Amino acid sequence: MSESSLSASPASAPDRNMVQQIIHALRQAPVTALTGLVIVGIYVVAAVFAPWIAPYGEYEVVSDIPFAPWSEANLLGTDQLGRDFLTRIIYGARNSIGIAFVTTLLAFAIGGFFGIMAAALRGWVDQVFSRLVDAVMSIPDLIFTLLLLAIFGSSVLNLILIIAVLDSTRIFRISRASAMNVVTLDYVEASTARGEGLYWRIVHEILPNILPILISEFGMRFCFVFLVIAALSFLGVGLQPPMAEWGSMVRDNAVLINSGDITPLIPASAIALLTVGVNFVADWLLSKSSGLSNEE
Amino acid sequence: MKSEPQSPPIVLSVTDLRIEAKANDGWIEIVKGVNLTLRRGEVLGLVGESGAGKSTIGLAALGYFRPGCRRTRGSVRFGETDVLGLTEAKRRTLRGTQVAYVAQSAAASFNPAKRLMDQIVEAAVTRGGMQRAVAEQRAVALFRSLQLPNPEIFGKRYPHQVSGGQLQRAMTAMAMICQPDLIVFDEPTTALDVTTQVEVLVSIRRAIKEHGAAVLYISHDLAIVAQMADRVMVLRYGEAVEEAPIRQIMEAPSHPYTKSLWAVRSLQTPAKPELEPLLEVEGISAAYGRFKALEDIDFSIGKRQTLAVVGESGSGKSTLGRLIAGLMPPVKGTVKLDGKSLPTLVRQRDKDMLRRIQIIYQSADTALNPRHTIRKILGRPLTFFQSLRGAAREQRVIELLKMVELDPGYAGRYPAQLSGGQRQRVAIARALAANPDLIICDEITSALDQLVQAGILQMLADLQQRLGVSYLFITHDLEIVRAIADRVIVMSQGRIVDQGSRAEVLSPPYPDYTKLLLDSVPEMAPDWLDRLLTKRSSAVN
Repeated sequence: MSESSLSASPASAPDRNMVQQIIHALRQAPVTALTGLVIVGIYVVAAVFAPWIAPYGEYEVVSDIPFAPWSEANLLGTDQLGRDFLTRIIYGARNSIGIAFVTTLLAFAIGGFFGIMAAALRGWVDQVFSRLVDAVMSIPDLIFTLLLLAIFGSSVLNLILIIAVLDSTRIFRISRASAMNVVTLDYVEASTARGEGLYWRIVHEILPNILPILISEFGMRFCFVFLVIAALSFLGVGLQPPMAEWGSMVRDNAVLINSGDITPLIPASAIALLTVGVNFVADWLLSKSSGLSNEE
Repeated sequence: MKSEPQSPPIVLSVTDLRIEAKANDGWIEIVKGVNLTLRRGEVLGLVGESGAGKSTIGLAALGYFRPGCRRTRGSVRFGETDVLGLTEAKRRTLRGTQVAYVAQSAAASFNPAKRLMDQIVEAAVTRGGMQRAVAEQRAVALFRSLQLPNPEIFGKRYPHQVSGGQLQRAMTAMAMICQPDLIVFDEPTTALDVTTQVEVLVSIRRAIKEHGAAVLYISHDLAIVAQMADRVMVLRYGEAVEEAPIRQIMEAPSHPYTKSLWAVRSLQTPAKPELEPLLEVEGISAAYGRFKALEDIDFSIGKRQTLAVVGESGSGKSTLGRLIAGLMPPVKGTVKLDGKSLPTLVRQRDKDMLRRIQIIYQSADTALNPRHTIRKILGRPLTFFQSLRGAAREQRVIELLKMVELDPGYAGRYPAQLSGGQRQRVAIARALAANPDLIICDEITSALDQLVQAGILQMLADLQQRLGVSYLFITHDLEIVRAIADRVIVMSQGRIVDQGSRAEVLSPPYPDYTKLLLDSVPEMAPDWLDRLLTKRSSAVN
């Protein structure tokens, strides 16, 4: 009984517009979520405004000395070719985050569409797609990626496509599962009874109701994609020089660790910090969308 | 709380209980200062609509508050103990041994992986300190007094192996096994069919009488409470509006709200002349796999007519509705609209056929997309069927909202911002948006409170007069049939067992099943159950 009185209560609350709703949600957000938002915000600003923030150009060789120590001219020293390390880190944010974002977006478009379609149509369509996804998922990801990159070559486009397609299998699973819960609801049946086509049912009836789950999942998947790209770059098959990328920066400067220089740890911690920040935000969105609250 | 010398001791006393629940923006009070006392051997009925705070009070009597609820004031005393002052550990010992609770859904309350007996004796053995063998003997005795079949071996079954009514009685046995002083029944028969409900009510009542505990009986249905309780407290919005002995409430209710509790029963639409048929169903059979859901169904609905389909759950009435709407194919038979046979499935029907038949669902919570505004919910069928856009569509949306007696300002809201009754009105408006000839109403009022039900039924009757639509009204509630049906078909196990005009079906002579169904509907009279039992026993002898 208390449920119904609770669910009736929003009627008494004044109608809020989107901005007010967001502000309201932010006020109630836990510290972790706010921390995460600040972290993500800093990265995004760095990525978007890289050319204005960075002291030098991305490929610009500014020093004759490779691996120069930290100095006033080069705050974090220089890399193996004498390029400014700080500049490379800022551009690295742009490249890594940008590419990971596009890849994740593509993965969601593919996986989300087919996942919801499989749930909406069921029957043999569902069977074909689901078994296909099972088959792809049974191959270890990193090995499969390396294999495909070896076949097609490691251009940025290939990297995006390969990782997006492989990652879309996981998104297929989650969107199919959450759409399954929605397709059985009366409003989806009501739209079927009205004679609506598949497109309307997917885009207007089902998608808005699983969107909160997909958005919070987006954060998680973004982190994984980001890590995969960093790992591939570290292995030398990801983003190719001279593009700045944190994973390859760790590898190229790794030797400095032997002389007690912590510089190569900076891109590594940049990766770690972003992952943590995104996860904080994703956790918050997930708990909001699932309606679970961990108070009391 | 003055105690007269001859009256039995007070078992439960609740004083000025105030409980708040967490809402989106803070706390709202859901129980606003309720007082009640309950003496040994007394049955107090708590009646009210959903959200009135009945269950919250019932649970508070056990010293329990649902997550998200908190007590702000008041006390709950059980005998001499202050329940809310005890530690949680002590309260746990109290529960199940001295106070017990019977929930609405026994199916959800039993562990499906354990045998009934293990679950029934658990509290008695672990908390009541009873020997297992003794507890089992008591359980068997209770099964017998609750009239369960094969009481000796009943406990060996798993929950899924017994029927819903039997499970509900098993739960009553679980509550009674420690001979508690107080039992709280929270809508114990609401989830059951009317015919099963009677059996359960009878056994619960017998067990209460034999046992002599104090009982708090919670129900939204005053007619049922009237059979069980000595006194009734009517609740609304967390406040007691009236408390009186049952006869006084039935015969001379003082508060207008109490009278509204039987609003549907006072509704009656005039009979309409019979016109040519709109929809004809001929020889329809349908199946889910091997299970035959419908067999040889024949009937027709006239223009501007209301056909009520009654039957218990599982009788195939919803399947029939889905089949006519084209959501499920028949095994054989045809459905004709205006004499032309309809293709069986939605995707084979053309837009005009789809437009002419609309369906409204039982639960508006799931029938309206929570992410769409009311404007979009009503606007889509307008665009889809009549290609209305922009200002013309907006105007029609407003017309539709007015038609279902809602404020046009609701167009910008989401379903969650409306009450249950308002949501169902939106669902009706969505069906009307298509300009249909036939609306299939699948239990559309069964999730609503009496007063809201009566309002919606009256509105449907008015709309029928104005717009000339026909209704196929699927329901299990014979009060609704009495109120609005022109013709009635009675279904049981996928077959039509009786059909005819309202007067024919609802007056004697009846076929057996119709009689059983009609008899089982609780009447608004305190002695209905007694009369029914006398009638049945005299019929047997």
